[in-house]
Amino acid sequence: MKAWLPALLRLALVVLLVAFLTNPGWFEPLLKPLTENNAPVIYNQGSLLTLTVLHLRTVLLATVAATIVAVALAILVTRPAGAEFLPLSRSLVNIGQTFPPVAVLALAVPAVGFGEKPTLIALFLYGLLPIFENTLTGLTTLPANVVEAARGAGMTGWQRLLKVELPLSAPIILGGIRLSVVIGLATATIGSTVAAKTLGEVIIAGLLSNNLAFILQGGLIVAALAVLIYDGLSAIERYTARRMGSEAE
Amino acid sequence: MNIRFDKLGVVIAAIAAYAAFVAPFATFRANRIVPGQARSILEALPTATGALLLVIIVVAALIALFKTPLVLRLVASVVALVALALLVGVAGTFLTPAGNTFARISPAFGFWILIFAFTLLLADVLTRLELSPWARVGVLVLAAAAVGLLLVSGSWNDLSILKEYFNRADSFWAEGSKHVTLALGSLFAAVVIGLPLGILCHRVEKLRAGVLNVLNIIQTIPSIALFGLLIAPLGWVAIHVPGAAALGIRGIGTAPAFVALFLYSLLPVVANTVVGLAGVPRAANDAARGMGMTDRQRLFGVEFPLAFPVILTGIRIVLVQNIGLATIAALIGGGGFGVFVFQGVGQTAMDLVLLGAVPTVALAFAAAIILDAVIEMTTTKRRAETA
Repeated sequence: MKAWLPALLRLALVVLLVAFLTNPGWFEPLLKPLTENNAPVIYNQGSLLTLTVLHLRTVLLATVAATIVAVALAILVTRPAGAEFLPLSRSLVNIGQTFPPVAVLALAVPAVGFGEKPTLIALFLYGLLPIFENTLTGLTTLPANVVEAARGAGMTGWQRLLKVELPLSAPIILGGIRLSVVIGLATATIGSTVAAKTLGEVIIAGLLSNNLAFILQGGLIVAALAVLIYDGLSAIERYTARRMGSEAE
Repeated sequence: MNIRFDKLGVVIAAIAAYAAFVAPFATFRANRIVPGQARSILEALPTATGALLLVIIVVAALIALFKTPLVLRLVASVVALVALALLVGVAGTFLTPAGNTFARISPAFGFWILIFAFTLLLADVLTRLELSPWARVGVLVLAAAAVGLLLVSGSWNDLSILKEYFNRADSFWAEGSKHVTLALGSLFAAVVIGLPLGILCHRVEKLRAGVLNVLNIIQTIPSIALFGLLIAPLGWVAIHVPGAAALGIRGIGTAPAFVALFLYSLLPVVANTVVGLAGVPRAANDAARGMGMTDRQRLFGVEFPLAFPVILTGIRIVLVQNIGLATIAALIGGGGFGVFVFQGVGQTAMDLVLLGAVPTVALAFAAAIILDAVIEMTTTKRRAETA
């Protein structure tokens, strides 16, 4: 009965987000009470839309790179030739996840300088782990009979990988990508502490000048992006899971 | 004779060879913020010592390269790591001109990747040994004791990170205890509130989706925004902290940081409590009911013990996450190791960044190992009991 409600809410969120990014002035009266001493209400040191695009671009670049590397590594350690690396790569993933993003970000600065690069590195490294872990889970928990059937049908290792193993693990891999995108969206804001052009700039400007309206608009845009992208990727995931489910039967 | 290569060993030997012969071992800087000059192993150490280190690295890399017994690989990795740790301190003393207090010697890229290569070897050996949870905690304690010993003995005193430490030893421990208080205190609060909330969500189905959705949305708010947004409701009592001052940010104290960490901690605790309770076998519940247990007896006597490992996994996620996130508290004047990180970023003094980042990573790492061991102990214990 209420199946349309979430869809409607999402649509409303998209409309609101687009309206805010293209015409932030419309929302000035709403945010006005949060400022003091006639401080500017809407971020005025750059366009919110440009910052949003740059924010998304940073996350996209890092996630694409992380996906390619993580999936390739996971494929490598699940082949007979790379099996020796499997236990170690598992513990490395566990260890890697204990590194705080701020530390990764700050430590990347001496190597590559300030700006977008350390942020990309931190997001890349942080994005690797969930994707690698999920790809590994996907590739190692395939139904044995399906893999056997593929082998029996005379498929070569490559054919099995591309036509059976990867498609069947696609939903789980997508789950990892979704997780890493959402972590990346939030972590990219921290990138602005090392001068990356992301929405974090708005939040930090707010912290610096004690302007709650800035903090709120920066935070809400990132949160809205995260919710929408999370939902979108979940939908793609369910779609592939359904397709794989019906194909596997 | 049958010589066989170890595949991981090939990688380790390649990294070690590059790090030992091509990459710089130490960096020399005339003062703490100028760009440094690279020094190779032979330049950074007295000739005999440098040669000894190279021999140790080559032998250990060869042991890694071929298929060798695990015990030998264990000894090789430990000897190489200890030699590196000791000799980087020697390099610090050797490269510092006598009486010069401005010069800064720091471990360079080559040192770090040598440490990485032999830690990889050690991690591989430890993984293949399949240590028991107790043994893993034991290894952690040994490693911590070794690092502690090196710190106390003063053999690292000429390294730049410790010079930064000596300049602010008091604030280091103050910020450190603030960091731990923030991470553990918010975890404690999240468990006190989150456990009953999780139990409630498990019992009252109508509540579940709503509560979990709200907590999920909180997680999507970027940490620096949430920290900042909490400033207003918690009052405008500004306390000035060095980290905030360096970035020019008005500090507002620990309270908003604590609340933000608490809010982030709720989701894993509540969600894992719900998942854990949902995973309790129906048969166990039926049996308990059949024995005439009340709801409360069933909760504490049956459901809770069975769900415990899953709840503990949630607590592990929260603790590791909180230790990392607490660094951001420095941006709003909440203190913690982040003070040094952001101060260092502001002054482009990387040793100061390390002074904040290294203890944070070490704390998170230790917390992960200890809690993983505890989780494994509770699950194997449960399996042994039910078997």
